[in-house]
Amino acid sequence: MKKLNLKKLLALGLAAVAAVASLTACSSGTSNSGEGGKVYRTLDEIKASGKINIGVFSDKNPFGYVDENGTYQGYDIYFGNRLAKDLGVEINYVSTEAANRVEYLETGKVDIILANFTVTEERAEKVDFALPYMNVALGVVSPDSKVITSLDDWNADDKMIVISGTTAELYLTKNYPDIKLQKYDTYATAKSAMENGNGAAWANDNTEVIAFAKQNAGYTVGIDSLGSQDTIAPAVTKGNETLLNWINDEIKALGKENFFHADYDATLVDTYGADYKETLVVEGGEVKNS
Amino acid sequence: MPDLVTELGIDVLFKGTNFLRLLGGLWSALSISLIAVAISIPLGIITGVLMTSKSRIIKAILRVYLEIIRIMPQLVLLFLMFFGTTRAFGWDISGETASVIVFALWGTAEMGDLVRGALISIPKHQYESSEALGMTSAQTYLYIIIPQTVRRLIPLSINLITRMIKTTSLVLMIGVVEVLKVAQQIIEANRMTSPNVAFGIYLTVFVLYFLACWPISLLAKYLEKKWS
Repeated sequence: MKKLNLKKLLALGLAAVAAVASLTACSSGTSNSGEGGKVYRTLDEIKASGKINIGVFSDKNPFGYVDENGTYQGYDIYFGNRLAKDLGVEINYVSTEAANRVEYLETGKVDIILANFTVTEERAEKVDFALPYMNVALGVVSPDSKVITSLDDWNADDKMIVISGTTAELYLTKNYPDIKLQKYDTYATAKSAMENGNGAAWANDNTEVIAFAKQNAGYTVGIDSLGSQDTIAPAVTKGNETLLNWINDEIKALGKENFFHADYDATLVDTYGADYKETLVVEGGEVKNS
Repeated sequence: MPDLVTELGIDVLFKGTNFLRLLGGLWSALSISLIAVAISIPLGIITGVLMTSKSRIIKAILRVYLEIIRIMPQLVLLFLMFFGTTRAFGWDISGETASVIVFALWGTAEMGDLVRGALISIPKHQYESSEALGMTSAQTYLYIIIPQTVRRLIPLSINLITRMIKTTSLVLMIGVVEVLKVAQQIIEANRMTSPNVAFGIYLTVFVLYFLACWPISLLAKYLEKKWS
């Protein structure tokens, strides 16, 4: 009988702990879903709070990275800083990964994603894209010893390195289902894998592979433009019209002062040289057809 | 010597606040795992005792709990806790809190199973003897069973604790900047100027993880000797 009492006591204790845990979890939650399931913050709510949360990459030099003093830097950051300044709010950068960017917006955990986010139809169903601020296509980089210039005669045993959740993964899965993919979760691990020879080639945005080949001797961009020409744009939570409209107006206004050309000169020119400026930059949200 | 340091990319550590940032990352990894361990050990012991319960309902519930935690990858649990709770209930839990909850749930389940295993490994005559001596069930556990169980548990739980510390590298997927994420940031920011930076930084991360886990192993050795 006494043994049973001990067990009962323990069970009660466990139940009490569980109850406390669920209570604290409740009280630490905010009223995000309070207003009819709206997860995002409107422009006025952001202004009133005095702080904007922007999801960026923290390990994607030169678009979004952290310098040796712990400060965020890069093409996306240059733009993000200006957005916050013109809104008159403080900025809080959140380190995101390629695979969780959509999730961050869908749950309203960030207000804007400025993480080198390529506009695709699939993503546009889940998030709202603003006007573009950069051009991008896919590219494939491979070692000099065995440069891959076409995907049509792909060796069935070879593996292609991709980062999960990127445009490259979507494109290859859709158009080249026979190519075996070696997937990595983060940018840094994919890069290490390429250097360690874990795959025959690496497919990613062309800016990335051009920069990789330029910085690392022994690699060549065999395919510099694969798939359709895409754009990179800021994204907000689906339905957040006030914020979306404000960003669009801002991008148009910034076009008048050639803001993104200045951004390129400040952040990208070291990596790509001046040659790629007109190819990469989209000014005032207007894509020029080349 | 300075040449080797530069070649291995170790000089990057001393640029700006890089080394402090790595230590800060280690601190956030350690605080998440150690808070979770501190929660897991007492709850795990309770769970383990309950797992040996004669009540089928308690056993079944705990079995389901253990299997869910065991089958689900930690990454899925982290996503469920961080993003899933926002979707389902509108809770806005910070990445750190979500990590501590997931690691505590995981630690409790596995610790519980270890305790259960250690408890059934205690021969039945130990229970019977203490009952024959007129001890109550609480006394039996406190003076006879638990001391023997704890001794058997030490090596097993050290494995679990060090595994929990190392698995914190997953929390970067929910926006927590821990030591591995800082390492990746440093590598990425310096790749152009210092081509071997990955080697030097990962080496440093290895040393940091080692320094964090080694004292725990030492403590375990000491306790095993002391209680044997």
